Amino acid sequence: MAFWRRPGFQRRWDTFKRGWYKFSKNPVSVVGLFFVVAVSFLAVFAPFVAPYPEHAGRFVNFSEASQPPSLQHPFGTDVFGRDILSRVFFGFRYSLMMGVVVLVLVVPPGVVLGLVAGYWRGTWIDMVIMRVTDVFLAVPPLILALAVCSVLTPSVFNAMMAVSLMWWPWYARLVYGLASSLRNEFFVQAAEVAGASRPHILFREILPNCVSSIFTKMSLDMGWVILIGSALSFVGLGAQPPTPDLGTMVADGAKYLPDQWWIAIFPALAIMITVLGFNLIGDGFRDLFALEEV
Amino acid sequence: MTGALLHVQGLKVEFKVYEGVLKVLNGVQMVVHEGERMGLVGEAGCGKTTTMKCVLRILPSPPGKITAGQILFHGRDVLKMTFHQVQRVRGRGIAMIFQDPTAALNPVFTIGDQLMSVIKYGSRDSLGAREVRSRAVAVLHEVQLPDPERILTNYPIQLSGGMRQRVCIAMALSTEPELLIADEPTTSLDVTIQDQILRLLNALVERRSTSVIFITHSLGVVREMADRVYVMYAGSIIESAAKEELFSNPLHPYTQGLMRAVPKLTGGGIAEGIPGRIPDYLNPPAGCRFQPRCPHAWARCVNEVPTLHEVGQGHEVACFRFQEQ
Repeated sequence: MAFWRRPGFQRRWDTFKRGWYKFSKNPVSVVGLFFVVAVSFLAVFAPFVAPYPEHAGRFVNFSEASQPPSLQHPFGTDVFGRDILSRVFFGFRYSLMMGVVVLVLVVPPGVVLGLVAGYWRGTWIDMVIMRVTDVFLAVPPLILALAVCSVLTPSVFNAMMAVSLMWWPWYARLVYGLASSLRNEFFVQAAEVAGASRPHILFREILPNCVSSIFTKMSLDMGWVILIGSALSFVGLGAQPPTPDLGTMVADGAKYLPDQWWIAIFPALAIMITVLGFNLIGDGFRDLFALEEV
Repeated sequence: MTGALLHVQGLKVEFKVYEGVLKVLNGVQMVVHEGERMGLVGEAGCGKTTTMKCVLRILPSPPGKITAGQILFHGRDVLKMTFHQVQRVRGRGIAMIFQDPTAALNPVFTIGDQLMSVIKYGSRDSLGAREVRSRAVAVLHEVQLPDPERILTNYPIQLSGGMRQRVCIAMALSTEPELLIADEPTTSLDVTIQDQILRLLNALVERRSTSVIFITHSLGVVREMADRVYVMYAGSIIESAAKEELFSNPLHPYTQGLMRAVPKLTGGGIAEGIPGRIPDYLNPPAGCRFQPRCPHAWARCVNEVPTLHEVGQGHEVACFRFQEQ
């Protein structure tokens, strides 16, 4: 039997179609999805779609320096004569990697700590976890990241570490709030009464009810993390030249504003499109996970 | 006591709040024998559910605190058990059906997911996936749900209130518990469904000879569901007797008042109530907690707390009127 005729696949396909129906009810989230898919595609296939892939690295061609946008160089060239469009495509890679790596590092510990603290609300476990969280939240995030980055040698990796360090408390807070109210729901009590183990209650009863909020926050945070990463690069604490990071490119270009505006403006627009895409998708995720009201 | 499945002795519970300490349970005494259907009646806020939460160790603490008493299940004190021992009592030993079936089901999982995980982790022997599924279908069939296979794939939100409560009953009974606590299982359902659910529940526990504690504030329901009735008032049991005995010969003034408060189809007007309301748990009356509302109160009731006293064959009452000096 062909795989698409199997009942299991049929059911999954049906779930997918239902999900798409709910997601696409809001056209704005479809626009967001389009941006994100486009940016991800360009990032993944940058070496193949960029007109001058060799311009991403060490490359100098002063004869074509600071050209305004033209058919040959749609986004113009920078002071070293590198094609900005190609560099933007490669820049997406660093931005997306920043977002993905930070979220992968941040979400699991934040969620688990929040769940545990929320479930044992009012006990010393809650006290310890949430007070540590509060301490991290009390430090201005960008300042903390700046401090960490300037102590360590500036690099993309260290920027990721610094942002992760200040980001997990938001997830702990979010999930803590959800978990501490969910733990009093009757279905949690019912599970306890049925003899369910603690891990079962935490991860199978409470966590699935938090998923929609977590995903929505993740998609919004993807944008935020990219912004912060770009900000770190902008002040010279993130990716180092000649890495084609969008933040670094904006920083370099800013020196030549307003005469050679394309050097800064196009990477800045690229950041904007990426961040906007993830922010718009957030609403879609919320609709997707919302329980149907019948 | 022999043959007692559950024996609650002198259970006292306090809640600490801003205004002070609420002395909610004031020495609850009750015994459930094996295979017995026990009815627990009392007005709202008298501590019925609190007592059951103590039995299952799900009393939120803080603010709740058990200050005295024992809860013996098979002769072992539930209150002294470790978490893992309690876990073993829950599910296989004691199961519970909640008042609101909508809130008792996790909204993000299908009925099948939830029911099958109860069967998988709750049953005495380890089962394969196929057996778990067939048991789930069987138990849904048993609670007379049409098309169990389809219901397994449904989410709680796709079922009606009555169907959800049937699912909850199926879950509670799927692990073959020795004692089933039904905490007002029909309160949130409409009247015709109530009757169906009660009949079903009755038939199921009779077939399995499961012991039941049936919590309700309706004397009519108790009359249908229980062999033995405990009447609770303001945190203590004030009268207990076999069903026939209690309904033909209620002794405690509160029980008598409850009986008179049942509206009758024959006879005119609204039924007579009991004047006054449940006492303030912050400063409860020092003696009998019913004394301020009691038409028969005398000096002794103000200062002394009456204890349960056997006055006839299995008929106990906590009232000084039936106690010799």
